[in-house]
Amino acid sequence: MDARALAALAANPGCERRALLDGAGVNKAVLAQALGSSMSYGQSQFAFMRGNAFEARVKSDGGTELLRLLGVEDPAAARTPDVSAAGPEGRTARTALALREATAEKAWTLLDHPMLALEVAGTPAYLEPDAVVVHPDGRWTVVEIKSFPMLDGSADPAKVGAAARQAAVYVLALERVAEQVAGAEVGRSVLLVCPKDFSNLPTGSMVDVRKQRAVTVRQLKRMRGVAELASALPPGTTFDPSCEPSELVAAVEAVGAAYAPECLSACELAFHCRGRARTSGAVEALGRGVRGELGGLTTVSEVLDAAEGRAGDPSDPTVAALRRAAALRAEALRGAGV
Amino acid sequence: MSLIHTLARLEATRSGRAQPLATVRHRHLSERPMVVVPLTTAGEAGAPLGALVGTDRDSPRLLVVPQPRDRDLRFAFLAELAEAVLPYLDSYADDVEPAERNETDPETKKRVKVEVELCRDAPQIVVPSRAGIAYVRLLGRSMRFRRTAEQDPDTPYPAPPHIPLLGRWLTHYGERARVPGASLLLSATDLLARHWATGQSNLEDQHLGALLAWIDPPVGAESGAEAALRAESGRDAAGQLVCPPAGPATDPAFDNALLAPAIDAYDLARQRLAAAEDGETADERFGELTAAERRIRELLAAQMRPTWDAVWQALDVMRKLPEGVRAGERWTRDRWSYTSHRDRVRAGEPPQPRQDSAVGAAQKLASRETEQARLEAQEALDDPLVMATRRLAGEAFVSEVVDVEMAWSEGKRPSPRPLVTVTTDDLPQLGGGEKVHRSVDGKSQSAEFVERVGGGRLVLRVVNGMGRSKEPAPGSVPEVGDRICWTLFEHEPRGGAQLPDPEETPWTHGGPPDAAPDGVLLPERPDPVTPEDLL
Ligand code: SF4
Repeated sequence: MDARALAALAANPGCERRALLDGAGVNKAVLAQALGSSMSYGQSQFAFMRGNAFEARVKSDGGTELLRLLGVEDPAAARTPDVSAAGPEGRTARTALALREATAEKAWTLLDHPMLALEVAGTPAYLEPDAVVVHPDGRWTVVEIKSFPMLDGSADPAKVGAAARQAAVYVLALERVAEQVAGAEVGRSVLLVCPKDFSNLPTGSMVDVRKQRAVTVRQLKRMRGVAELASALPPGTTFDPSCEPSELVAAVEAVGAAYAPECLSACELAFHCRGRARTSGAVEALGRGVRGELGGLTTVSEVLDAAEGRAGDPSDPTVAALRRAAALRAEALRGAGV
Repeated sequence: MSLIHTLARLEATRSGRAQPLATVRHRHLSERPMVVVPLTTAGEAGAPLGALVGTDRDSPRLLVVPQPRDRDLRFAFLAELAEAVLPYLDSYADDVEPAERNETDPETKKRVKVEVELCRDAPQIVVPSRAGIAYVRLLGRSMRFRRTAEQDPDTPYPAPPHIPLLGRWLTHYGERARVPGASLLLSATDLLARHWATGQSNLEDQHLGALLAWIDPPVGAESGAEAALRAESGRDAAGQLVCPPAGPATDPAFDNALLAPAIDAYDLARQRLAAAEDGETADERFGELTAAERRIRELLAAQMRPTWDAVWQALDVMRKLPEGVRAGERWTRDRWSYTSHRDRVRAGEPPQPRQDSAVGAAQKLASRETEQARLEAQEALDDPLVMATRRLAGEAFVSEVVDVEMAWSEGKRPSPRPLVTVTTDDLPQLGGGEKVHRSVDGKSQSAEFVERVGGGRLVLRVVNGMGRSKEPAPGSVPEVGDRICWTLFEHEPRGGAQLPDPEETPWTHGGPPDAAPDGVLLPERPDPVTPEDLL
């Protein structure tokens, strides 16, 4: 699981299905395909190329421009240790070593694509931030490079939010390393680097990720419960995509979900869960807010039966409100001849 | 969301068809709107890829950037866009009627009436979705600070003429679209979603194809839900979406499988042409290049055409609803907006600033709040179904007059203050002393809530709209048996009808955005340009 996937967990913290599948390392895109409800989740190669080209530009010349964005006066003097190694464990160890050295040196240091480990539901997930900068005072700053523009000083809030959630995961992983290093402190603000206006010139902005970090901490705690969730499954349950679709459906449905339309932009299983929610007539399929105004009524037919007088106790305020709404609506439509 | 809207969604879910949220059309539609369907390159800040543009649904103009990374090709595209859009915008500029406007005299600081021109009608642009509106704004922003060779002979990478002008117009339209109820720039999805409830969420309603599947399904479609699902995710054997996204973003599968190879082929053909050593080879290779470009044009046209048709279909659907009476009044504001921008361009004012001044921003915000209140009031007055949501919320009530008792105010010149007793089944949120309003021949009349009396009766004291004499003007006092809809909200929030908004006030009147100490306007600098820019 990468940081993006971990960050997306925060999008629907109430969903056990997702917590279990992610915790167990199931590839949800493949699973969705096997269930016959895959979503187009690919990335355009244009976007991919553009992202790479911009990142390369930001980091060119030993990261001169990047360091300048952090206020480094003499970027050429900054250290840029090599953190490459064989395998994720090796890279993680190199990174930790480089961070320790840099902190002891008390010199500006740029780590390009370091590797960090974060334990998720008992297994380590390896994470690769775009860069980490060590300040002479021992502070470590996560750098996130994105190719969406900062136009007249502000960027698309939705995209900034997603970047902040992702960076918060890196901050958490870095904190694990910093705990072992004297004098080190991980900045709770990250440097977001974007192209300025319509140009290719990088511009930076410090983004406070304390809130996102707190959400992720909570989420990771919940994931410890994955083993428990799994033990509640019927024996022999498997999410192996090569199984019969009917078996897979049964396996997926054995874990509770909390579908809401927001899943559509955050989870690969959304079409599947939406289909289920619709078939069962769940009102949440129409929006998270809908449920709140309907009291204890949870399905489309329950609500309509109550509104149209076939069921429900008229002294229940929800039922009374529904009937008034239905009556007013009918009156208006009659009057307008619709 | 009102419970009435939720019910409509639930009914739509049950019936498989969209349900009305309005009984009249709350937005003015031009007789000759211009539809713009833009596409952008994934990952680039608004590097356009292509567009379909026009006022004739049968023959859109196809504009294409065969290699979006090439500045010259992008400029050629924007120049062509200007050629397609500016004459349309211009065509409304000279058909004017005389009008009056209040202005503050710069010297005496007094409010004076000035004779001005008001364009009789205004051009209207319709894009597929809300993302399309954001894109119009982005295009406007990217173009308005460009410099042409004529403006500045030394500018690096001069833009073709008209590009800055188009940028200013698109910026104006994009900004206007933020004003509640304004209709100079509309999106098909917002239009439809305002008037119909589907059996899906607001998020899914952003997909034009899926939205239309509920509202105006193809013949023989089973249910809206199924037709919508096909529109969202149906793919052909080659893995391409049956209903391409309404843009400006393209589908990644289209980018990767079809567009990228076609652009590569185009690049190769260009290199080969450049490397041709004699005329004959050059001719031949020019043919190859043309063919490669044609391929890209065909691909993009095929992506955009379904959206183009869908926008026109949406307009057809919308036209079936009669226009709300007060939508016309709001359109007049749009005409003012268009006219004042025309004036600003003609007066040679500089392009809109990158950021509003503090005062300007506050004014805009305040005016949008007023517009929002006005829009909500007007929609309710125009449409019983909208009024029903206000009645449900206790903000309006339908009543029957059961008693009228004449009374007069005290003082030297007593005015009529009749006490009207009404019954209602609604549950208005009245505690004491509130004002309520009703509409009499299009004018609003107010009354004070006095008290509740037995049997759910309410006593109201009518306080205005009865003429100047002691005896009320005929027909101005409610009569026993009248059915009246009273509202707790004002019908015309903060009076002053049909005036240009603060945002429409020329900067010379509303304060220059960026003035040197001597008060001279400093035009904003163009964006710095680098060889690798994207727009
Ligand atoms: S789509 Fe399904 S599995 Fe994914 S978060 Fe939503 S409810 Fe959970």
